[in-house]
Amino acid sequence: MCDRIEGRDVMTGLETAFTPLQSLAGGVLIGLSAVMLMFLQGRIMGATGILAGLVTGTAPGERSWRAAMVAGMIAGPLLVLAVTGQMPAVDVPVSLPMILVGGFIVGIGVTYGSGCTSGHGVCGMARLSPRSIVATLTFMVVCFATVYVIRHVLGV
Amino acid sequence: MRLLSAFIVGLIFGVGIAISGMINPAKVLNFFDIAGTWDPSLAFVMGGALITTFIGYRFVLRRPAPVIEAKFLLPTARDIDARLVGGSAVFGLGWGIAGFCPGAALPALGSGKWEVAAFIAALVAGIWVARMAQARGAPRATA
Repeated sequence: MCDRIEGRDVMTGLETAFTPLQSLAGGVLIGLSAVMLMFLQGRIMGATGILAGLVTGTAPGERSWRAAMVAGMIAGPLLVLAVTGQMPAVDVPVSLPMILVGGFIVGIGVTYGSGCTSGHGVCGMARLSPRSIVATLTFMVVCFATVYVIRHVLGV
Repeated sequence: MRLLSAFIVGLIFGVGIAISGMINPAKVLNFFDIAGTWDPSLAFVMGGALITTFIGYRFVLRRPAPVIEAKFLLPTARDIDARLVGGSAVFGLGWGIAGFCPGAALPALGSGKWEVAAFIAALVAGIWVARMAQARGAPRATA
């Protein structure tokens, strides 16, 4: 990540291209899926709730549709690959311990916070839910601060 | 019908996550790195998703009921408490460390990268531990 040995600029390996149009189009699709789930099943499109229901759900009827939805999600990038001939980039610029610690912390946080980027950030904000607005502002601000500290204070 | 619709909804979500760039932790972390290699793309993802959902919900929630289920299942909790704010802060910390949020990591599994599977395993462990801790304390429904 911080490769000085080859004399490259420290930041070069981290840069990603600014993609406003693809990002906007992808965002519209995410919103469309949320609207469809509300229209069809009357539910909030929240990855936390879907995953938690799949992991800790009790009734089998509650599990099967969530499993189908997760299967659809996983098929998403494969469909993009089939259509464009290119797998969307998934570059993980952090170490395995950071992935594991971060993942565990995210699991604790979204359970106590009752949602994540999709549930609070998209669906809850679209409903103008005060809880979701507070939750979204909180995790966004903390995430900005965390990345700042990791990259510019600790220099990881 | 329920399974097929859930699969298609998941598929559209997964394609959206993939083409938006949310699927890529390098891109997500760069959005949060204003002082460094900033990539503002994520604002367009959130903007597109929010505007679409905001408009779509206006029409859908005007209907008496959804198509498949008998009624709309909307969150009923209203209180802004320490659990909500603290949990969200902890989520923000983990998101900043790993670069994945749950909704981006699930579609990213399709890329076949082992890092994604490692994140999901840790995420599921975190959800499970938190659920166990909640079940021991005061029982309370989570969205």
